[in-house]
Amino acid sequence: MSQSALKSHITETLKRKPILLMSHLVLGYPSVAENHRVIDAMVANGVDMMELQIPFSEPSADGETIARANQSALDLGFKVDQAFEMFSQVTARHQIPFLIMTYFNIMLARGIERFIADAASSGIRGLIIPDLPLEEAGEAMALAKKYGLDWIQLLTPTTPVDRLVKLGAAAEGFTYCVARKGVTGKETNFDELGAYLKQCRKAAPSLPLALGFGVRRKADVDALVGQADIAIIGTEGIRIHENEGAEAVGAFFGGLRE
Amino acid sequence: MSTGYYGPFGGAFIPEILHETFRRLTEEYASARSDPDFWRDYEKLMENYSGRPTPLSFAENLSKHFGRKIYIKREDLNQTGAHKANNVMGQGLLVQRMGKRRVIAETGAGQHGVATATMAARLGLDCVVYMGAKDVARQRPNVFWMERLGATVIPVTAGSQTLKDAINEAMRDWVASMDDTHYVLGTACGAHPFPEMVSWFQSIIGAEAHKQILAQEGRLPTHVYACVGGGSNAMGIFQGFLDNPEVELIGVEAGGDGIDTGRHAARIASNAAVTGVAQGYKTYFLQDGDGQMKETSSVAAGLDYVGVSPILANLHEQKRVRFEAATDSEVMEAHDLLMRKEGLIAALESSHAVAQAFKELPNLPEDAVVVINLSGRGDKDIFTIADALDDPQWREFIIKKGNEYAKGQEKES
Ligand SMILES: Cc1ncc(COP(=O)(O)O)c(C=O)c1O
Repeated sequence: MSQSALKSHITETLKRKPILLMSHLVLGYPSVAENHRVIDAMVANGVDMMELQIPFSEPSADGETIARANQSALDLGFKVDQAFEMFSQVTARHQIPFLIMTYFNIMLARGIERFIADAASSGIRGLIIPDLPLEEAGEAMALAKKYGLDWIQLLTPTTPVDRLVKLGAAAEGFTYCVARKGVTGKETNFDELGAYLKQCRKAAPSLPLALGFGVRRKADVDALVGQADIAIIGTEGIRIHENEGAEAVGAFFGGLRE
Repeated sequence: MSTGYYGPFGGAFIPEILHETFRRLTEEYASARSDPDFWRDYEKLMENYSGRPTPLSFAENLSKHFGRKIYIKREDLNQTGAHKANNVMGQGLLVQRMGKRRVIAETGAGQHGVATATMAARLGLDCVVYMGAKDVARQRPNVFWMERLGATVIPVTAGSQTLKDAINEAMRDWVASMDDTHYVLGTACGAHPFPEMVSWFQSIIGAEAHKQILAQEGRLPTHVYACVGGGSNAMGIFQGFLDNPEVELIGVEAGGDGIDTGRHAARIASNAAVTGVAQGYKTYFLQDGDGQMKETSSVAAGLDYVGVSPILANLHEQKRVRFEAATDSEVMEAHDLLMRKEGLIAALESSHAVAQAFKELPNLPEDAVVVINLSGRGDKDIFTIADALDDPQWREFIIKKGNEYAKGQEKES
């Protein structure tokens, strides 16, 4: 897998679609079998990329819904080895790119190099590690490069411009722009994002730009067309799955870009 | 000022959204630290509000009992009855410098929460305390006081519903509220600059103890004992003697039901912890092979935590601090002996330091001079201790009180 695989997939898809959808789910919640059902439903309904979260006991960057899903998966006995089995299965079955989202300790416990090598050999395209800031990520980023995985940088509205530029320069694949302060799963005001997204774009002009945190309905996605290349939908998918089941998740994603 | 690393431990593993907040906090802390007026104001405040310097009491009866000299550093005499006051008042002054108007805190047993609530009341700040739902259920008296003091206590139902989960929840608040809010972390853990900053405020303990033992004994102690939860009271007293290699420093962790049972919180003494990253910093964590944090166990809620100060982890690696563990039953015994011989009611946390000293005293050289840091007083532990002793009159009292409340409720409904 070459360095630019993720980026070129996104650029190619943007020729056919006004914006890409990236979904998120927590592995092992509510069960591995349900994960597979939801992934199938998402892909069948046009989801373009997916973040698969390996659960951690201290998910401090996640809001209530996703944090609870992390704990439930662990309470049900989910193991990191199972996550890697799932990666091989879903990347073999589906053409879309899959990324791993997890916390640094999960990577550290397996061994950083082993984690990244296993991720690469199971077909994963990129890594999102929210508690590993640029200053601490040197070794992991170098290993990701060695194994051909994109290391995704998070940009935020509190990040000063000089730092946005630094993060942008280190970014690979796409930039992950956090829509607002706070954790996942809360409301975002999409009318006020323009200036911020322009700053993010300027920080990494050659890369696609993804926006996440608080994207939950068609109107949000509509508002992002022309400003972002990828809309990231996390908590809302999990909520719909909890309340209405896997089929409804498919229909929800299908309806976001109609 | 360090860069936040102590050997391989420490660092700042924070989400990008907090990067700027931590940068500004580190800057403010550095400027306070280089400003002699700040420390002078701090000492004045602690003298006037918290009764500092706290005494170094010579334990005459215990010294006779063990045939070696024993001194006790009386952090139990602080405002709210524990060393926690040193940290919260220091951070409170920093909050004023930063011009923030709201503080949040995590708490396990409620000691740090109560201390933060008193600081907020005194300095006129809004205060929200996150506390595991399990701890809220078993520590009602402290919840009562925090609420009386004007703080909002939010029970945390995530994860294991204890201290580590309260820290995660406080972080979730902070990533949204950082503009007007400071997170008053309660111990020498977390992302840089917290381990160093909290240790700095607590260093007032060791600075006093160093002077006091020289004044009273004419020499430095041979041994200094302190309990280690996150590590703030231990860092506090140890810093007074770190530059004196002849003084042996002993950190005492929670042995719970015994190391071999797995039900303990002895991260270092058990050898069971593995270096990991969680809650913003790198240290020894009690975790499984996948990197998931384990549940810990101790009779002392304040020691019941999966991680440990990165500064202490490094002092362990350097063999400057020796780590031991005292079991729940050893602690109850030591608590009792200290009470009977010296009239001191110690917190169960602090009683770990007492228990380890008592275990070692008979084998120390006869000219040993021992200092024990009594980090807090034990009033808060009345329910736990009465339960452990299965005190029949106490039980009767609670049942009677319960019946009175039940009757009151019947009348209302
Ligand atoms: C009295 C007392 N001692 C010790 C501790 C443990 O904390 P640390 O290790 O930070 O001193 C606590 C924590 O709540 C406490 O209340």
